[in-house]
Amino acid sequence: MNATLDPKTISPGAQPDAADVRTGAEVLLRVLREQDVEVVFGYPGGAVLPIYDALFKQNSIRHILVRHEQAAVHAAEGYARSTGKTGVVLVTSGPGATNAVTGLVDALMDSIPLICLSGQVPTHLIGNDAFQEADTTGITRPATKHNYLVKRPGDLSRVLHEAFYVARSGRPGPVLVDLPKDIMVGPAPYHPASGAPHRSYRPVSEPAPDAIAQAVEAMRQAKRPLFYTGGGVINAGPEASEALRRLVRMTGFPCTSTLMGLGAYPTTDRQFLGMLGMHGTYEANLATHGCDLLINIGARFDDRVTGRLDAFSPHSTKIHVDIDPSSINKIVRVDMPIVGDAGRALQMMIAAWEGTASADPVAIAAWWKQIDAWRGIDSLRFRQDPSPDAVIKPQHAIRRLYELARETGRDCFVTTEVGQHQMWAAQHFQYEEPNRWMTSGGLGTMGYGLPAAVGVQVGNPDGLVIDIAGEASTLMNIQELGTICQYRLPVKLFILNNRYMGMVRQWQELLHGSRYSESYSEALPDFVKLAEAFHGTGMRATTLGELDDVIRRMLAHDGPVVADICVDETENCFPMIPSGAAHNEMILGPEQNEQAGRITDEGLMLV
Amino acid sequence: MAPVEEAPITAVISVLVENESGVLARVIGLFSGRGYNIESLTVAPVDEARTRSRINIVTTGTSMVIEQIKALLYRLVPVHRVSDLTALGPHLAREMALVKVVSSGELRTEALRISDAFRARAVDTTVGSFVFELTGAPEKIDSFIDLMRPLGLVEVSRTGIAAIIRGPRTI
Repeated sequence: MNATLDPKTISPGAQPDAADVRTGAEVLLRVLREQDVEVVFGYPGGAVLPIYDALFKQNSIRHILVRHEQAAVHAAEGYARSTGKTGVVLVTSGPGATNAVTGLVDALMDSIPLICLSGQVPTHLIGNDAFQEADTTGITRPATKHNYLVKRPGDLSRVLHEAFYVARSGRPGPVLVDLPKDIMVGPAPYHPASGAPHRSYRPVSEPAPDAIAQAVEAMRQAKRPLFYTGGGVINAGPEASEALRRLVRMTGFPCTSTLMGLGAYPTTDRQFLGMLGMHGTYEANLATHGCDLLINIGARFDDRVTGRLDAFSPHSTKIHVDIDPSSINKIVRVDMPIVGDAGRALQMMIAAWEGTASADPVAIAAWWKQIDAWRGIDSLRFRQDPSPDAVIKPQHAIRRLYELARETGRDCFVTTEVGQHQMWAAQHFQYEEPNRWMTSGGLGTMGYGLPAAVGVQVGNPDGLVIDIAGEASTLMNIQELGTICQYRLPVKLFILNNRYMGMVRQWQELLHGSRYSESYSEALPDFVKLAEAFHGTGMRATTLGELDDVIRRMLAHDGPVVADICVDETENCFPMIPSGAAHNEMILGPEQNEQAGRITDEGLMLV
Repeated sequence: MAPVEEAPITAVISVLVENESGVLARVIGLFSGRGYNIESLTVAPVDEARTRSRINIVTTGTSMVIEQIKALLYRLVPVHRVSDLTALGPHLAREMALVKVVSSGELRTEALRISDAFRARAVDTTVGSFVFELTGAPEKIDSFIDLMRPLGLVEVSRTGIAAIIRGPRTI
C-alpha cells in the first residue's frame, strides 16, 4: 500500500496542518461538500468500501442506491438536467465502471455535467489483472469529457476540485475520477478549491462583441429569419431561456427548437413552430428550408435535424452561437460563428437590438403568412376514434396526459425512453419552462427514462415526475422500480404499450417491406403485477373509455404508479423526413408511405 | 450546404500539452475515434521542468477537417496551445532516419557514395552492412531511401517530424 505522502505533490504554501490530513475517503466527501453536492447516486462494491464507510459516518450527503450502475448515471443526468447542478455518481471498480459507460456516453453526447467517481484496485495492483480490475480511464477516455486516475494522495483534492470545474465549465460533460482503494484508505491532505485559473483548460464564454453586432445587423436585414435553438440554451441556465424569450418576442421572429432544447421557449407560444428535424413539424422544417437567416443558438446541426445536408436550409445566411468551437463548421458551414455562452450571446443580442430600429415589418408579416399556411397543414394531426371502446392512439394518450397533468397545477417534469413514444412526447406534450424535459437525445439510450425520473424526483421532491415510456425501452432498466420503492419516489411510469419496438417496426414497415424482424415484444410481463411486485401501484387502460380515468387516478396517487396504456400497435410517428431526404420532402402521414419506398440506397445506409 | 468535395491538404499541427499520463492517448484517440489520418507524430517534453510536451502531428484532410482537428485538439483539457504551422506561414519540418543497408562490392561503394552526397553519417559499420543516420526534410529522407532500395536497403527507422515556425514568431 502506498499510503505515504509525496511531499512533491503538495504545492508550496498550501502545506496542510496535521489536522487536515484525513483518509482519502474523508477528503473526497469534504470536497463533495465544498462543491455543494447534496446527493450521490451509486452502488457499492469492494473497491469503494472505504468511501461507503465514510458516507455511513456522515449525514450531509445523501446516497441513493440504484439497482444498476447505468441507472446511477442516468439518475444523475436527470438530477443535473432538472436542477442545473452537477450530478454525482459513485460506482465500484471493474463491472461497476464498465456498466456506467453507457450513461457516461449519454451525458457526453447531451452535454450534461456529471462527476463519476469509480473505485479502482489499489495502486500496486493496477495492471495485474486483479479481481474486478478494468482499465477504467482507458475505457472511458472517449466516453467522458475528461478523466483522471489519482495515483498520489497529494493529488486527490486538487483533482476532485478540478473535475467539478471541468464538468461544468465550457460545454458541460461527464468527468470520471478513478480512485484506487489505497488512496481512499490511506491519509491524504485536504486543500480547498484554489481560485487560480486552470493551467490549460479555459473555455471562452464571452462572445466577441463585433460578431454579435454583425449578427444583429443580419437579423435586422432579414426577410425570412428563423431562430433554431438547442440544448445549449438550457445548459446556459434559466436566464438564457429568459433572454431567448425576450429576444424572440422583441424581434417577432419565428422560433423552432431541437429535441434537446424543448422548454427554453414555451412550446405553446404562437411564435414557436414546434420541433424541427426528422419528426419535426411541417412548418418548422419548411421554415428551416425556406428561411433567409438561420439563427442557431446552442444547437449543433445534428443529422436528425439537418436531413440531407446538401439540401439543408439552402438559401440562408447562418449564424451559429456555440460554446464549443469544435461544433462550429463541423457539419454545416456557417457565415457568422459566435463562440460563447448562449445566455451571454442572447443578452448581448437583446442589447444591440434594443439600440436601433427593428426588422422589415412587411417582409416579416409576409413570412408569418407563409408560416401560417404551412401550419394550416396541421402536421401533427392523427385520427382518434371517439367511441369509448376504441383503441387508444398513443398521441391522444399523451395529449390527455398533458391536459390532465396541467389541471393539477403541479410543476411537471417529463422524462422519456427512446423511440416512437419519445417523439410523440416531444410533439404532443407541452413544455412551458426549461429543465422540465429530460430525454436521451444524442445517444438515444433506451432505458434512460426510468432512472432519469429517479434523479429528477430526488432533485425535485415536490415535482410531478412522469416517464413517458415504451414497453420495450422501459424493460431495459425496469429494476429501478426497486429504487423508486425504496425511496418512496412518487414517479409515474406511463407506458405506451404497443407490444413492438415501435420505431424499429416503423422503419421496417417503411423501408424493409414490413418484415418485422425481431421487433415484436414477445412474452411481455404483466405491468400491473410488475408494479405490485415492486410495491407500487399498477393500472391499465385498454380502451379510450378507460384512458382518462387511469390518468386521473395515476396523477392523484401519491406513490409510484405504473400505468400500462395499451395503444394502437400499428400507429406510426409522423411527420417524418425519411433518411437521406430533405426538409421539403416530408412524409406527412400513412397515405404517403410509398414516398418512403423511394428512398435511395444511400438513404437506406443512414440510421 | 453541400459537403464540398475539395482536395485534401497536408497540415503540420503543433500541440503544447500538459505532460501528464494519458495525454498522448487522448490525442491519438481523437484521431482514430473520428476517422482522421495521422501521417506522423512526434512527442517530447520541451520545457526545463518537463511539465509540458510538444506534439507535432502531420495530418491530411479537407480544410474543414483540419479546422475540426484543431478545434477538437484545443477542446482537450490538458492542451495548452494548438498551432497549424502550415497556416501560419513558412516553417521548418525536419526528421531523422536510421537506414540499414546490407550489400557488398559495387553496391556497397555506391551506397557509401550516395550517403556522402546526402550528408548521411555511417553510424554503424560492419563488413556487410551500414547504418546511416540522416536528418532533413521528409522529402529528402524519402529520396535517400528510394536511392538505397536497389543498393541493399533492409530496414528503415524514422522519427517523424519536429517542426517550428521560421523567423522570430513562436506558436
